Amino acid sequence: MSDTVALARKDLLLELRAKETLPAMLLFVLAALTIFHFALPRGTSDVAARGLLWSALVFTALLGLTRAFVAEREQGMFDALVLAPCDRSAIWLGKALSVVAFLAAAEVVALPAFAAFFHGLGGRTIAAVALADIGIAAVGTLFGAMAVAGRARELLLPLLFLPTAIPIVVGGVGGYLWFLALYDAIFAVLAWATFEYVIAEA
Amino acid sequence: MKLPALTTAVFGAAVALIFFYAPTDADQGFSQRIFYFHVPIALTSYACFGWGAWKALRYLRTRDERADVESYVAIHQGVVFGALTLITGSVWAKASWGVWWSWSENQLVLFLVLFLFYCAYFMLRYSVDPGPSRANMSAVYALFGVVLIPVSFLAIRLSQHFIHPVVFNSHGPQMTGSQFFTFCVALVAMLLLFATLYNVELAGKRLDAHVRDLRELLT
Repeated sequence: MSDTVALARKDLLLELRAKETLPAMLLFVLAALTIFHFALPRGTSDVAARGLLWSALVFTALLGLTRAFVAEREQGMFDALVLAPCDRSAIWLGKALSVVAFLAAAEVVALPAFAAFFHGLGGRTIAAVALADIGIAAVGTLFGAMAVAGRARELLLPLLFLPTAIPIVVGGVGGYLWFLALYDAIFAVLAWATFEYVIAEA
Repeated sequence: MKLPALTTAVFGAAVALIFFYAPTDADQGFSQRIFYFHVPIALTSYACFGWGAWKALRYLRTRDERADVESYVAIHQGVVFGALTLITGSVWAKASWGVWWSWSENQLVLFLVLFLFYCAYFMLRYSVDPGPSRANMSAVYALFGVVLIPVSFLAIRLSQHFIHPVVFNSHGPQMTGSQFFTFCVALVAMLLLFATLYNVELAGKRLDAHVRDLRELLT
């Protein structure tokens, strides 16, 4: 457990010092919401706008996930992590925690911006976003580790991640909190159990 | 080599049954006969993905390279059958509803999601250099796929209202005896076709690996 916390802390500290990912995510989500404002016809229903919020969130998450393993890749840190005497699932959990933190930080800006640009948000949507973050981080961290091992890298992650994220969008737009919780539970367990294989021989 | 002969025989029987034995649907007419292709192909595709995931699990357990190739071949066949499902479903939708694609047809949408997911499997596989690392990742991704099937199914059910004719419900199949018989034969024919193609492709892959080994020995 302390390994997990140390790894998550490392990621957050790195981001605090370098400020590479989070400002990009914030600008991206604001730009996306602005584009959506112009893409929507005037006087569109709330439901349509809420759908756009979810696509903005998924693509912003994708942006963060693409960056998540860049340091590990460029500094050859995977080898060090695999050699370290810690449970390999702790690497996944640490990275997933830091991804959740990034997503939450981006949404602290994105949700009020959405409320100001389009219309107010209910508690249900906020709860759905929080649950979706867990699912996105769980699946995205695993697929991010896979994508970084391939030659296509940045190209590969959206292809791997987006089909799997479709149920999150369905649950989020419909406000099915129980479904999002179910998704989180299933994929978190699966990712936790299989992460070891993904980085074992990377 | 008895399987290809058996497949040919059962497939021929299935085609004969579909066109000459099964009754013409009172509501949809002749075009309903595509049902006997569409649904067995879809079920076979699920069987392929399931088999691929099972082999993936075997690989992660045993680290046997053969299981990795078998998993890949099964998923490859699954994508081929999945593409056929999309095409036959589209044709059927055009014939009975007048549109090529209907978002409220949840089986078709599920296949689209799965098709996208499993196409990314090939992107992943061909983006990583051959070796245990690639086999591991492919296996993990195959396992995610088989879990994604029920989750996506539930998601699509939640998101849509249905105009899809539900043939199987809690009261058993809503078909007459002759329809059900034709359907079963068609399903067996498709599964046999999968088994044959699976064997052929697997033999090819093994031959490929064998030739590569020999070439390495020679050089």
